[in-house]
Amino acid sequence: MNDWAMEVRNLRKIYGGTAAVDDISFEVARGEIFGLLGPNGAGKTTTLESLEGIRKPDGGTLRILGVDPVAEPGRLRDLIGVQLQTSALPADMTPAEAMRFFCAYHRVPENRMLLDRLGLAEKRDSRYGALSVGQQRRLALALAVAHRPPVVILDEPTAGLDVGSRTELHALMHELRADGTTILLATHDMAEAEKMAGRVAILLRGKVIATGTPRELTATGAGYTKISVRTEQDLLRDSPDLAALPAVVKQLVQAEDYTVFFSTDPGLTVPAILARIAGCNDKLIDLRVERPSLEERFLELTNTGGAR
Amino acid sequence: MNAFANHFGFEFKAGLRNATAMLMNYLFPLGFYVMMGIVFTQILPTFRDTMIPAMLIIAAMSSTLLGLPDPLVTSREAGIYRSYKINGVPAVSILAVPVLTSMIHALIVAAIIALTAPPFFRATPPASWGMLALIALLTIFTFGATGALIGVASPSSRATVLWSQLIFLPSMLLGGLMMPVSVLPESVRPFAGLLPSSHAMQAFAGLAFGQETVFDPVRSVIILATSGILAFGLAIYLFNWDSRNAARRGHPLLALLAAVPYVVGLFI
Repeated sequence: MNDWAMEVRNLRKIYGGTAAVDDISFEVARGEIFGLLGPNGAGKTTTLESLEGIRKPDGGTLRILGVDPVAEPGRLRDLIGVQLQTSALPADMTPAEAMRFFCAYHRVPENRMLLDRLGLAEKRDSRYGALSVGQQRRLALALAVAHRPPVVILDEPTAGLDVGSRTELHALMHELRADGTTILLATHDMAEAEKMAGRVAILLRGKVIATGTPRELTATGAGYTKISVRTEQDLLRDSPDLAALPAVVKQLVQAEDYTVFFSTDPGLTVPAILARIAGCNDKLIDLRVERPSLEERFLELTNTGGAR
Repeated sequence: MNAFANHFGFEFKAGLRNATAMLMNYLFPLGFYVMMGIVFTQILPTFRDTMIPAMLIIAAMSSTLLGLPDPLVTSREAGIYRSYKINGVPAVSILAVPVLTSMIHALIVAAIIALTAPPFFRATPPASWGMLALIALLTIFTFGATGALIGVASPSSRATVLWSQLIFLPSMLLGGLMMPVSVLPESVRPFAGLLPSSHAMQAFAGLAFGQETVFDPVRSVIILATSGILAFGLAIYLFNWDSRNAARRGHPLLALLAAVPYVVGLFI
């Protein structure tokens, strides 16, 4: 037995002559949160649905904990919990009934605490049709993890959720991972991917164009570290040759009297800036160092078609 | 078994708490029954002889043929079956449970009609209550399976209405529900033989009420049973979890095979 919870090898799925997924390969380690990122139509949902056994691939091999989703759909059901991007329940079904219903099919005791945990305690006897979009999504998540599956697949889990619900959901995902659950997370939200995922794969037009940890991906891009400085007397901006400071590629003055530097090596640039402030007899008020974000790297990759 | 019972319990309750389902399962057939009992028995006193089977068939058609297909289509289109599939609900349960619960609702209404029609509307009671129950069960099953097949094969709610009405309206006019098949012109009788309601009426008349029949009632029972089994088998075969999934096991027009026993019956 290897350490991969999920293995996707050369996955292909063709709709009407067009490859929605074209030779995709990646692996997800046991206990890992793996992010699947990509713009609309990149092939994220098709990849997830192939893993969930909803779609039959046209090529390649898939394994979830060693189980082939196509050949052994019955075994797969107890191994995975899935929150679909688009799904629904009967309008007359209550969250409590849904929990009983699906737990019975998974042959596990009803998990009532989960509804309370996801803020659905007061809605447990309300009809599904009367729930808000956010409540419906939280219920879908509760049902996905109610049978404590070792692998959870989440497709845009925080879409339509308010800030509190997102925070609660992220906390739940951390708990699941701490318990050893493997999570495959498809999301548009780069901040969410950067915060939650140990590794990510970026999909574009049905292909994987980048894979790695968020730090690795941002480090390989052309993005520079942004250093914003504000001083008491604004003397820094009048200092000569600021753009010639070590590792600085660009310097400009922004609103609120911040002087901004873009640096390839903040370890060299920051001490030089501090020395220059001291040389001007000025006083530092604020210094912000911002690494290039995953979002910037994502945009860079998708805009160039993954060329860089 | 626990899961199936849970599923069954939920679907049964849904048939009571959903306004449309309540209308089709209880309000329409019982309201129609009371109206026919009060008005039609005065206009046509001989209707009392066929009132119980006719009203049972209308109750069966209302809860299954008219009430079942649309929820099947809307559930598929809304993604409910996708949710069911990823949580391990078998396709057979998805189809069998609504058919069974619709059958139970229809049986409850059938029992109310059979027990109240003789004392309240002087309807002719059956010669054999046991045969009445058996044929009612078979009729309700056949209509339930046909309703499930329409729901599975139809691409939209509008299509379910067309297919359901294609059976319901001729059944009301030619199926012996309002007037006996024997009074139909000879040229129209073959059309009556294509309708499940005609065969159900003939089976009730010949086997439960000891009345004269136009068709052989045993043959009608065989046709109903064959068609019901065929329709349910085809419904399972053609069942599609997801309207977005283009891969299907068979063309929806295969559903028309469920009509084969009626067509064959015309030539035997």
